[in-house]
Amino acid sequence: MWFTIEGDRAWLLGARCPACGTVCFPPKAGPCPNPRCPAEALEETRLSRRGRVWSYTNSCYPPPEPFVAARPYTPVTLAAVELEEEGIVVLGQVKDLTVGELAVGMELELTHGALADGRPVWMWGKP
Amino acid sequence: MSHPIILGVGMHPWGKWGRPFVEYGVAAARAALRDAGIDWTDVQFLVGADTIRNGYPGFVAGATFAQALGWTGARIASCYAACASGAQALDIARARILAGLCDVALVVGADAAPKGFFKPVGGDRPDDPDWLRFRLLGATNPAYFALYARRRMALYGTTPEDFAAVKVKNARAGALNPNARYRKEVTAEEVLASPMVADPLRLMDICATSDGGAAVVLASESYARRLGVTRPVRVAAVSTVTPTFPNTVLELPAFATDSTAAVPPPERPFRAAVAHAAYEEAGLGPGDLSFAEVYDLSTALELDWVEDIGLCAPGEADRLLREGRTALGGRVPVNPSGGLASFGEAIPAQAIAQVCELTWQLRGAAGPRQVPGARVGLAVNQGLFGHGSAVIAVR
Repeated sequence: MWFTIEGDRAWLLGARCPACGTVCFPPKAGPCPNPRCPAEALEETRLSRRGRVWSYTNSCYPPPEPFVAARPYTPVTLAAVELEEEGIVVLGQVKDLTVGELAVGMELELTHGALADGRPVWMWGKP
Repeated sequence: MSHPIILGVGMHPWGKWGRPFVEYGVAAARAALRDAGIDWTDVQFLVGADTIRNGYPGFVAGATFAQALGWTGARIASCYAACASGAQALDIARARILAGLCDVALVVGADAAPKGFFKPVGGDRPDDPDWLRFRLLGATNPAYFALYARRRMALYGTTPEDFAAVKVKNARAGALNPNARYRKEVTAEEVLASPMVADPLRLMDICATSDGGAAVVLASESYARRLGVTRPVRVAAVSTVTPTFPNTVLELPAFATDSTAAVPPPERPFRAAVAHAAYEEAGLGPGDLSFAEVYDLSTALELDWVEDIGLCAPGEADRLLREGRTALGGRVPVNPSGGLASFGEAIPAQAIAQVCELTWQLRGAAGPRQVPGARVGLAVNQGLFGHGSAVIAVR
C-alpha cells in the first residue's frame, strides 16, 4: 500500500500533477490539490528515495488500536523526512535506529519492514 | 458592524468525573444563563459543539442540550470542527446575530473523554487518514506534538528545561483557577522526571484528556441595551480560516505535508495565519493584547503559538518565557487560565472555555489570576484536519 519494492529497493508511490508538477502523498485521484491548477487528474509517481530528517520522535508506550503492538513492546521510532525535489515532508516508521541515533538534517533512505502482525509498511532507514 | 456582546459565561469544572457529557453542558449553560441574567426560555438560538466519542447525542449536541434544558421551540445548530468546534459554534451564533436573525444565542460544548491516548473512532476504515496513521505508523497525537517540539529544539536551541518552565508557569496560574482540573503547582524537576512519552516530550509536557463543559450567551447590541448592560465584553473577531496551499507543516493526522514543487509556501504558516485573520477582522495587532489564551497541547507548542500570534519573532518565545514576560505579572500573560496544562482537553468545550477566560479577565473578575487592566484578549486554537480558530474579545 502506497509503496513498491523492486529487488532490495523500496519507493513511495505518490501522485504528480501533469500540469503544475505538484506532488502528493499518499497518492490520490484528481483534482490537483493546488487550488489554482485546473488539472482534473493526477498521475502515479515514484518519490525520491532519499531525504533529510525534518523531525523525529518515538512512542515510548504502545500506541492504541488499530496499531498492532509487538509483545514485548519496544518503542516505535518515527521520522518526518523532507524530500527536496518533491518539496514535501513524509512521515514513516524508522527501521533499526533509535531517537538517540537520529538528528534533524540527517539523511535517510526509504526501506520497508513488517508491522507486528506481518503487514508490510514503508520505513525510513540508514542510507 | 456592531460587535456582538458576551452577556454571560459559565463552566462546569474540568476533571474526570465519569458522568454523561450532557450533564456538564447543561451545568455550564445554566451557569452562563444566570451570569447573563436571562432565562433559558429567552434564548432564541442554541448552537451545540459536537463530541464524537459519546454516541449519537454527541453528534447532534444542539438538540441534545436543547432537550436537556427543556424544549422551547428555539432554533438550533450542531457543528463539529475537532478542537476548533467551540469557536465554530460561536461563529455560527455570531453570524445569526449579525444578520439580524436573532437577538440572543446560547453556545454550549461539553465532553466526557476516555482515558489515555485518543484513539480513532472504531471499526475498519482504511480510507480514513485518522485510522490509517494509527494502523500503519502508530502515530499518536503526542507523536505529532513531539515532532514539532524536536524541530523547535533543532531550529532555535529550545531545551527540555524550557518546556518544563512552560508547565511550571501554567500550573502556577491553574492553581488559582477553580475550574481547572490540576490545581497544584509543579517544579521543573518534577516535569523533567516524569516518564518520557514521545521523545522529547514527557508526561507532564503533554495535555491530558478531560471531562468538562463551557457555555457562552451571546447577544446583539440592542438586546444588551434593553437589559441595561453597561461596558460589556464584545467579540471583536472570530477567525475560522483553513491553511493556504501549500501547507508546509505536518498536520495531524496527515502522512505528509503539501508539496512546494509548484507553489512557494504562503507568507504566513497556518497557525500564524489563523491569528492574523483575527487581528485583521478586529483592526488590532499583537501590540494591543493584554493577554492570550493559546492551545498548549504540549508545553513546546505554547512556545510556537507565542511566536505565531506575533508576540515575538520566531525563536524568541523561549527568551520571553525565561524573562517572565508571558507569566502572570508579565507584559502579556499567556494562558492566565492555566491553559490545557491545567485543564486537559475537553475537545468541543475547550475553545468555549477559552472565551470564558477572556470574558472573566476583561471584566476584571478573574480573581487571583487577574491580568491588571485587561482590555484586549486573544484565544487561539487549532482543530484536526485544518480547522483554525481564533477569537478576539475586547472591553
